[in-house]
Parts: sequence; structure tokens; C-alpha cells
Amino acid sequence: MTLTARAIRFCLALVLAAMLPNAYAQVLRIGLAEDPDVLDPTLARTFVGRVVFAGLCDKLVDIDEHLKIVPQLATSWQWSADNKTLTMKIRPGVTFHDGEKLDAEAVKYNIERHKTMAGSNRKGELALVTSVDVVDPLTVRLNLSKPFAPLLAQLADRAGMMVSPKAAKAEGDKFGAHPVCSGPFKFVERVAQDRIVLERFANYWDKGAIHFDKVIYLPIVDSTVRLANLKSGQLDLIERVAPSDMAQVKSDSKLKSAAIVELGYQGLTINVGKSGEAQKNPLGKDPRVREALELALDRDAIVQVAMDGEAVPGNQWVSPDNTWYVKSHPIPKRNVARAKQLLAQAGVPNPSFTLMTPTTSDAQRVAQVVQAMAKDAGFDVKIQSTEFSTSLNMADKGDFEAYVLAWSGRADPDGNVFSHLACKQPINYAGYCNADFDKDLADSRTTSDAAQREKFFTDAVDHEAKDRPIIYLYHRKWLWAFTNKITGFRVVPDGMIRLQGLKG
Amino acid sequence: MSRFLVRRLAAIVPTLFFVSILIFGLQQLLPGDPAIAMAGEERDPSVIAYLRGKFHLDEPLPVRYGYWLKGVLHGDLGDSVRIQRPVTELIVEKLPVTIELALLAMAIALTIGITAGIVSAVFKNSPLDYAANVFALWGLSTPNFWLGILLILLFAVKLGWLPASGYVSPFEDLKQNLASMIMPAFVLGNAFAAVLMRHTRSAMLQVLSSDYVRTARAKGLDERVVVLRHALRNALTPVITLGALGLGELLSGAVLTEQVFSIPGFGKLIVDAVFNRDYSVVQGVVLFTATVYLSLNLLADIAYFLVNPRMRT
Repeated sequence: MTLTARAIRFCLALVLAAMLPNAYAQVLRIGLAEDPDVLDPTLARTFVGRVVFAGLCDKLVDIDEHLKIVPQLATSWQWSADNKTLTMKIRPGVTFHDGEKLDAEAVKYNIERHKTMAGSNRKGELALVTSVDVVDPLTVRLNLSKPFAPLLAQLADRAGMMVSPKAAKAEGDKFGAHPVCSGPFKFVERVAQDRIVLERFANYWDKGAIHFDKVIYLPIVDSTVRLANLKSGQLDLIERVAPSDMAQVKSDSKLKSAAIVELGYQGLTINVGKSGEAQKNPLGKDPRVREALELALDRDAIVQVAMDGEAVPGNQWVSPDNTWYVKSHPIPKRNVARAKQLLAQAGVPNPSFTLMTPTTSDAQRVAQVVQAMAKDAGFDVKIQSTEFSTSLNMADKGDFEAYVLAWSGRADPDGNVFSHLACKQPINYAGYCNADFDKDLADSRTTSDAAQREKFFTDAVDHEAKDRPIIYLYHRKWLWAFTNKITGFRVVPDGMIRLQGLKG
Repeated sequence: MSRFLVRRLAAIVPTLFFVSILIFGLQQLLPGDPAIAMAGEERDPSVIAYLRGKFHLDEPLPVRYGYWLKGVLHGDLGDSVRIQRPVTELIVEKLPVTIELALLAMAIALTIGITAGIVSAVFKNSPLDYAANVFALWGLSTPNFWLGILLILLFAVKLGWLPASGYVSPFEDLKQNLASMIMPAFVLGNAFAAVLMRHTRSAMLQVLSSDYVRTARAKGLDERVVVLRHALRNALTPVITLGALGLGELLSGAVLTEQVFSIPGFGKLIVDAVFNRDYSVVQGVVLFTATVYLSLNLLADIAYFLVNPRMRT
């Protein structure tokens, strides 16, 4: 071999070595707690589906760590003086994964698709949007039939996700099998119940924030097995770590963890007017009995026993750390003597009721602790364990007295209370109907002024805390665990895994 | 042989028809409105109404059965509501996974079960026999999910030899495939190995004390030949039936194992579908499983024919 040939080979080797780190694809493997449903933002129904959308589909706006609405596909927005039109500026130069332009026309198409597609789950969220105008190629105006302050928060979720109009038209209701959005990663393949594979979208508008070439979401339902996969190195990041496993994660030097209080709540929904059952039972009939039940409960102890301390006690539809928490109604302390007194006043010293409980282990533990604590005040609580879908059906028919029910939470407080407690709303299982309370909620929707909304919500909490159709117990924490090499994980109360800024 | 086959095949048709009614009827007994279960957390009334209409949920039971049966006869088992894909496509995708798991489990069960059965019959009342019985008792009484999690903790987390869960297709990477299947296959096959061991043992004991075995021994045949060629062949008849039925059982037993090891097979498909009230998936998968079960039974009957000459007359 001549000297030149050797020199050339040496140089080649150097070049190859320099290329190697780039040639090695960076893959992020995420363990999900469930298999997502259909990957079409219009039809999607599950929390876990939103976790995947966070990598796949950008939204008009996003929320930050403090629940503030921040720009994503829309760079700025403005409410009209009467709060009935919302004008949004669209980020220039954004394209969908198929190369189509994301402009005002595309936004109009998407909002209309959400509103009109058969089976759309977004119809309710956008019900007050009557029409969308394309003002110029990068400006849209959403016209509302009446003011609706929570709209921006809706646009920070699936209602604000934009899909490629061309792909959506071509695929129709099969779009979810090959979703085309504008997020940081594009869809590659999905094997149901096994994996969802996404790869980096080269033309992403914020590509500097993306540090992985590929993301693989693997649904692993059993939390122990999910954690075992993380420990054995098959996964890089897992969501919804079981509270009982957190001690193990924290003691493992190869793992890191993150936690934040959820937007939702866990509570006891009481049938106060959903059906005839309500009036047959003292708990549903007499607010004093409900007050006694609340006073019999020690929320700190419930959190310790049911959630291994990985939750915060609460007594409203938002957690005590939330800006919308009404401080004039703090969590009442346990007071068994007062509870007994109230029951005596109500003429039922030993009321008995059935507590319907989904079969998940934390709900079961909550029911057992409630049963034991309420007994001290004289309550006789019978626990009725019911498979989740069945329990929903019974709740819907009003075939229950009290129900351990959780809500996953929304960024705007309206999303945690309106459908749940306003008169005749679809998931008002309590059957609560109070005109003054409804007025407060309706008024809170008409203004985007925080101080005014706070006043309406304070009034609403005044009513709720007196009538107690739902006794709120605690707010769970979203718990994540990941390997040491992962950095830049953002903890936002909506529980999503944002891939922007994540490195590994 | 052909008349026998035709007769057995003809019997399958009414059985399947009856099974289809049973599947459909039982599913209706499941409490919980599928439209409410499918409508997501918000349970928007317009979505519920749409789903009811789409899946004919507001029509009378016989009409709905009619819709389903018509689809089935045309080879269309409907679409999964949750992920919007045809059920037949899901079955085709998941079935090979579960079959591989069941076959591996069967191979493990047969190897362990028959070997242990022969050994404990031949060395009756010896320490070997007791050891095999203890193993059988352990195998029968160990819950699958518990054994599964223990194995994961030992081999994946502690030793790091095997992946904790998941599935890799053998066409993608055979080594990875076997690595991901060995634990679940052992967990699934373990209990069945115990059953096979007990049956092989008792059948062998019976055959070993029969006249023709005594004759074979009297002829001065080698004990190995007596046991393996003369006795085992006869003793295997009931074990084959058991094996065929067992394969069906392993397919359904895969439900729990697949859940623990997150294997995207049939079992996981049906469990998730039941909880999500994804009716067409549940119906399609159960009907398919029933058909497989019946076919395996048929195959067992044919196997009797081939193994045992006395039945051919």
C-alpha cells in the first residue's frame, strides 16, 4: 500500500468517525399506561391519546407550567370588545407533514371539521363558534353566538389541533389510521396495542427544539411491568408511575422522576337529584347529612392511604395551588363531634348509603377509607364495586346513591365544573340543579377578565360548598420516571409529554 | 375416513350457529351502554346518539343479530370503534402472535409434562416421582400473573438477560423474538405441563401394568423399548386429546399472560375490547376463537384415527 493510499484511508476513517454520532439515530421510547384510541383529533376521546398528539399534532395555542395560554400555531390573538369574536394570527411558514401549507384556510377547514364531522367529540367544545372567517392568509376570526371565555383553553387541546385538509379530505373517517398534522414528529406506523412510531419532521417550524430522530410510544398497562421496562433499559420514559412505586424510583440512582398536581380531581359524587333514589336516601335529601359526611373525612389520611401521599387534598373542582382556587373556602378539618351533631339535627343519627366504586385499586382504597372514617360519625356505608363502564351507565341512569368518580381535568376551570354541575348537563351525575349557581357559571363564561371571573367562581363555590353535590377529596399527581440521560422534561399540569426541549 | 370427516364437519355448522347466538346474546347481558362507554370522558349527547345509530344500538336485538350475522357470512366482522380498523384485520395482525405464544408454550408444556410423566410412572414412588409431583402441584397452583411478574423482576430487572415485556416479530429479528417470548411461553405452558405430567403418569401406569407390556418384557425386550415404543404410544392417546384441547386453552389462557407481558396478541385484544365495550371486536374474536376450538377438536378426532388403529374399523 502506498503512502498516499494510506493517507486517504486514514482521512476516510476520520470522516466516518466524525459522522458516526449523527448516523446513529436518537430514539426515545415512551411507556404509556394505556393504548390510545383513534389518532384523529376530531374523534379522539382519551387522555392517553392526547399524550401521543403532543408529539404529532400542534395546536393553535398551548398552556404553560402556570396554565397561561401561550402561542403555538397562532402567534397572537385578540378578543373583540363584546367578547364575541376571537381574531388569531397564524404563524407564517408552517407546513403540515405532507407539505401542505398551514394557513387561515386550513384553520377554517379544521374548526369546521371539528364542528360538523359525524361522531366528532369536539362539537360540544366549539358549540358556541358559529362561523370562521378568513381575514387574510394568516388571520382567522372565530365568531361566537355568545361570549365564551374558556374557548382559548379548548384551543389549547384537541379542538385547537390542526390536521392537513388535503389528507383529511382524502381519508375521510379513516384519517386516524394515518394522521397528518404539523407537530414535531410525523406518523410512521401503528401496531394496535403494541406501538406507535413517529419520526422527526424535518420542516417543523421549531425544529431547533427537537433532539430525537424517532419516538416510539409503547402501551404497557401494568404499572409494575412498565417500571420494570424502564429499569431494564427498554424504555427511556414512562408516564403515570403508580404512587406506590415512587419510593422505588426515587431510590434508584439510574432514574429520575417528575411530578405535578393534575388539573382534575377525585371526589364523591352524590345523587342529589338525578333520580328518585335521591329523595329516598338521607344523604341525597338533606345537605346536613352531606356536611356530616364531609366532616367525618380526614382528607390527609385518605391521600396517605389511597395514594401513598402522591396527591394533594382538596375541596373544590380545582386544587389549592390553582389560581382559580377560592381561598375563602379552605379544606374543612375533620370534626366527628360536629358531624354527629348534624346527623342528630337531621334526625338520622345512623344514616346508611351505598357507595358505588369503580374497580380500580385507588378508587377501592378511597371507598374503604371513607367507609371506615364515616363509621366514626355514625354512617353505615356499603361499598358496591362496579366495573367502570357499568358504573358510568348506572350513574347516567341515576341508579346510585354516592359514586367515587374522578375527572381528568381541563385547563380552564369551566371544564371542571360546567358539564358536571350545571343543570341537566350530560355528565351531571349528581343531578344538581341550582339556578343561582348556573347563573354564576354562565356569567363566568362571558368575560375574559380574570378578576371578574374569579368573583363569579367564588359565588359558585359558595353554593357548591353549601349543597355538596360533589364532595371533592384530592387531586392526584401526574408522576413520570425517566432514565438519567433524559434532560429538559417539562412538567405541565395537563399531564402531557412535550417533546420540545427534551434531550437524551 | 371421508364419511367420518363429513359427519364431523356437518356437526360443526349448527354448533357454530348456536355459538354465534350465544356470543351475541351474552354480550348484550354485559351491563353498561357501549355508546356511553365509547363516548369518552365528556360523553357528549350528540356523540352518544351518533354511536347508537352507527352501531344499530337502538334497534331490537334480533335485528342487530341479523346485521352482524349478515356481515359475518360475508367475512366482515365489523370495525373496531376504538381504533377504527376492521376486526378481521386486527385478527390477522394479532393471531400469529398468540399462535406463536401458544405453540411455544405447548412445546414447553409437552417437553416438561410428558418427560416428567414418564419418569414418575417408571420410577413410581421414588424420590423422582415425588419431585415430579411437587413440581406439578406447584405448576398448577401458581397464578400466571404472579409468576410472570417474578420472572420479569428476576430475568429483566435483576439479571438483565431478557426484555421485560413487549414483542418483536420473528421476521424482524428471530433472536429478539425468542428472547421476548421465552418468559411468557414458560409462564403460560407451566400450568399445562403439570396437567400433562399427571395424565401421562396415570396413563403410563395403567399401560405399564397391562398384559401386552408384560408379554413384551417376557420376550426379553430392552426396558427402554418397552417403555418408549410399546407403552408410551398407547398411553399417549388420552394425552393427545388433552393436548388438542389444551392448545385451545392455551390460546384463551394467553389472555392473562399477554396482559402481564404486554404482548399485542389475541388475549390483549379481547380484554381491552371488553373494557372499552368495543362490541364488534369482542364478538369477532370470540367467534373466531370458538371456531378454532372446534377445529382443534376435529383435528384431535382425526389424530385418534391415525394413532390408534383400533378406531379405524
